[in-house]
Parts: sequence; structure tokens; C-alpha cells
Amino acid sequence: MGMTIVEKILARAVGQDSVKAGDVVEPAVDLAMSHENAALVINQFTEIFKGTGLEPRVWDPSKIAIIFDHRVPAESPKTATNQKKIRDFVAQQGIAKFHDIRGDEGGICHQILPENGYVRPGYVVVGTDSHTTSHGALGAFSFGIGATEMASVWTLGKVLNVEVPATIKVIVNGVFRQYVYPKDLVLHLIGKITAEGANFKVIEFHGETIKKMPTSGRLTICNMTVEAGATSGIVPPDDETVRYLREEAGVKEKVEIIAPDSDALYDQTIEIDVSDLEPQIALPHTVDNVKPISEVEGVKVDQIVIGSCTNGRLDDIAIAAQILKGRKIARGIRMLVFPASARIYRQAIEKGYVSDLMSAGAVVMNSGCGPCLGVHQGALADGDVALSTTNRNFKGRMGNPNSEVYLCSPAVAAASAITGMITSPKSLINR
Amino acid sequence: MITPNPRRGESRMPKVVLKLGDDISTDIIYPGRFMATVLPTETPQYAFADHAEFNAKLKRGEIPPGSIIVAGKNFGCGSSREQAASCLKGHELVIVAKDFARIFLQNSINLGLRTVACPTIEASEGDELEILSDKVINKTTGREFDIVPLPKVRQAIIDAGGLIPYTRKRLLEERR
Repeated sequence: MGMTIVEKILARAVGQDSVKAGDVVEPAVDLAMSHENAALVINQFTEIFKGTGLEPRVWDPSKIAIIFDHRVPAESPKTATNQKKIRDFVAQQGIAKFHDIRGDEGGICHQILPENGYVRPGYVVVGTDSHTTSHGALGAFSFGIGATEMASVWTLGKVLNVEVPATIKVIVNGVFRQYVYPKDLVLHLIGKITAEGANFKVIEFHGETIKKMPTSGRLTICNMTVEAGATSGIVPPDDETVRYLREEAGVKEKVEIIAPDSDALYDQTIEIDVSDLEPQIALPHTVDNVKPISEVEGVKVDQIVIGSCTNGRLDDIAIAAQILKGRKIARGIRMLVFPASARIYRQAIEKGYVSDLMSAGAVVMNSGCGPCLGVHQGALADGDVALSTTNRNFKGRMGNPNSEVYLCSPAVAAASAITGMITSPKSLINR
Repeated sequence: MITPNPRRGESRMPKVVLKLGDDISTDIIYPGRFMATVLPTETPQYAFADHAEFNAKLKRGEIPPGSIIVAGKNFGCGSSREQAASCLKGHELVIVAKDFARIFLQNSINLGLRTVACPTIEASEGDELEILSDKVINKTTGREFDIVPLPKVRQAIIDAGGLIPYTRKRLLEERR
């Protein structure tokens, strides 16, 4: 019996010819990523070494990445102190892949890793962030872990006691209609299989739609697989993966292509045709509460957010700018834009998108996680309704349990900013 | 210590102190705005911070260690924040849910928060539950519910007292 792509990656990471779903393995880690929660990882890491007589040293400082993104610039002395502690640790341990609060190389971890070529096909990537699933877009097995687990990885260089996950094969065919995007596809998928439909499993994406999808879109769909409970999402690497790594991430080395076997054993296979897919909306307060936009149009909104690790990339900002250029955001609505990285922010300035967005009334913030998880900027009032391109709409997610969050694509967010209510871009343009 | 022993002279069966539905996210268990607080000694004050009544009871010490939260499917979904497990561990709560989200379950095992997967559990607030190795007995209703045991590899971490001592042991073995 053949192997799925994740079985192949894990077999290689443990030096075996094969592994199968359900086996317990201790894979070597190629990249271990943390953000500000590295402050907790450092505590736990130090704790592991206590009483051993050994000096706390990470197993390989070249394989650790730390990116400040959750609260940048720091919103409180507490955060600033955590960031300082991490900065000191990074210097002491010689961790090179460190992205501080900077306008040249800063940004959100799930954009910084791909755009700097830190993730390659076949890698085992772990991150102390649930959206670490994103990096499956580049053909890596990439999953979220907790801080103590990361401290263990920093110590031993492997993840202990991993059960090889079963894999759901999702085959996507058809061409997206105008104003329909990978975000709509992944919302539709989550609605279909539910918030725990892929618990402890991997979602492996196939089909013509995926083949034609740029890496930015693949990052969006893999990012949100965790909202169906998946351990990871993954797209088998192809020519587009190589193009992205060469042209956008500046990778010079050989890029190895790894593929699932044709006779791999899948837990289940799901086929989706996107030809008739409408823009999708996730309604409060669960991500799997998904409806086509035609059933939600007209809901009044107070704040629009475009950005995050899900939808803050250049093509996301481009479509928002294209819709908003020469138009005005409705009075009484706030629209906040958070580019996914400083590099994307600068590109958006060069292309005139930032000017178009600001002229329409949007506030373009520095790159960071911002209001997505209610820790920093863009707080909601009691009774407010937010429409956001981020990834979660749980009660209280944006910081106020007395508010509501709807999730959508950047195009829907931009169109809705103009009318002040959930609006299909198509009906706005035809108006 | 994974399972809190009843205090001397305290023979009462642990009670269900909070009953919750499906898909309880880490944003509900430990809201993101408290994420800059990381120490397990400090996180318990923010457990269920947006559930003002329950949070106040916890802070007033009205919830005895070993008390039980009963929940539906997918408990702990969402963020990987370990504070969601450490804040409950700090109060020595026991979580009985139909099932758990992956990262939360692993964090609980790593920190020694007791989680019990019990797909058919039926219990109300105030019910007394006896948790055995293979089943939960609702002493109030007299009904019994099967437990899904943890995979052996996860049990090994619990038996070691959590991931920190487990990793420490592995470190010493490797450097020996």
C-alpha cells in the first residue's frame, strides 16, 4: 500500500522506509516557529534543564524561527517585557530567523516563513500557533503545538509521540466565478465537514482548481483547515511551489518535489466543484456556520477588517483596493487593513493600493495580528458587528463577547464597506 | 499530581460545577486579551473570564479542586494557547467532554490537566460524578457512560508527571 504525502514526509523524518496512519513516531523537526508566546516556551525550556546539570541550549538555533506579530508594537509594559526577554534569549542562543518589530522584515509569522523561504517541501514544521497549518501550502507537514511541547522540541529537536494522522483527500475542480476566491472554497469546505470534521486528520488538496491556485491562495486554504479541526492541510508541491520559492522567496537551492503515492490509503475522499460557488460567509459564533452570501446580504456591519495570516497578502489587498478605488466607505463604518508583512505593505504602497484604500476611508495599520484575536487594536463596542477576512468568529474572539463576527473574502469585505452592510461584490458593481 | 486526591475528611463525590455545549473555544476558556500573561501561577485568575459568574466563583475559592466541567463535542477548539489548559489546571478542574480538539488535548496531557473523553456523557450542573478508569458513573441519575481511553503514548507522558519531566528524562538518556 502506498503512502499519503504526510506519511512520506514522516517516514523520511524518522529514517524509515514507510509509516502508516496510526503509527507512533518521533519525527525530526526542520523548522520550529514561535511568536510572542516564546516567552512561555523559554520558561518551560529552562524548567526542563533544571536539576540536570546541563546548560540550557537549544538543539539547533538555525532551525528555530521567532516572529513578533501578536502585539506589535507592544500595547503594554507586560508585552514589551515579554518581547525584551525573547530578544535577549534569541541573542544568547544565536537564533538567526528572528523577525523583530521592523518595517523592513517584520510581519505575521505565517507570511514571514513562506516569503523568506524558511519552509520547503517535505519539511516537518511545528509552531506554537494553531494556524501553523498554513505552511502545508508549500508541501510541508506543518502543525500547531503548545508552548511546553515546543520547549521539548527546542531541547530534543523532535516531536515526541506523534501519531501519524489519517488523511482526507479533497479534490477541487472547476473555475471560480468572478469575485469568488480560495477563502470561499475553504469556508464552504468547513461548512460541509463541520468544525471537527477533520479532527486529528490531515486534509490533502488535489484537483485542477488547486493546481491553478497561486501559493497565496493555497496558504489561505491550508491556514483555515484547522477550523475543521485538521492537524494540517497540505498541497502536494508542484511547478507553482517552485515558482513561488524561486521568484518570491528568493530560494536558490534545489527544491525537492515530494508526492503522495497513487495507491495511498485515504480516510475519505471529498470532491468539490467550485463552478457554481457563491461567495461564502461564516456567521457568528462558529466557523462552520457557513452560508452563501445570497442568504446573508443586508446584515448591517460596524467594522470591516482586511488582513491577518488568512487574507492579508498582496492579491487580497489588491482586490480590496480595486473595488474601493474612487469610492467611499460608508459613514459610521470603520475599515481596518492589516497587511500580512512589511514587505507586502511596501509593495502595496508602490502599487498605489494603500493610497486607494486610504482615500476611500480605510485605516491601513502596521502588519500584525491586530484585532483578529482581540489582543491589540480595533476593539469592538457592545452590540457591534464585524465583517472580517480573518479566520475565527468565536464568541469574544475579537475581544468583546457582546459583539458578533462574520467571516468573508477580501472582495466581500471591500464591497460591504461601501454599503455598510454585507454585500456581494457582483451586486455592488452591477448597481 | 494528575488526579487530585480528596482532602482529608472530604468524602463527597466531585460535582459538575459547569455544563457547557459543543465547540467551546480557547477564546471562551482563556480570552486572547490575557495572552500576555503566561505563568501557570497567574493564568488561573482569567479562566472563563467572560463567564463572569463562574470566573467570580473560581476566584472566591468556591469551586473545590477536583470539580468537574461537563462539555459537548470539540472542547478546546481554536488557538494553541497553552494558557487555556494551565488556567484550568491551576484550579485542579476535571474536564469531561464528548471529545476534545487536538492541540488542547495535547496541552492538557503535557501539563497534567485531567481530561476525560466520554462521548455519551449526560449530566447536569450539581450532579455528582464518579470517574473510574473505564467509565463515568453519574451518582445523581444512576447512569453509566463509557470512557474512550487515551492512546498509550499519551498515557506515558501523564505517568511521567507531564511533558517537562518526560522530556528531562529523555534529555538525560540522550546525553548520557
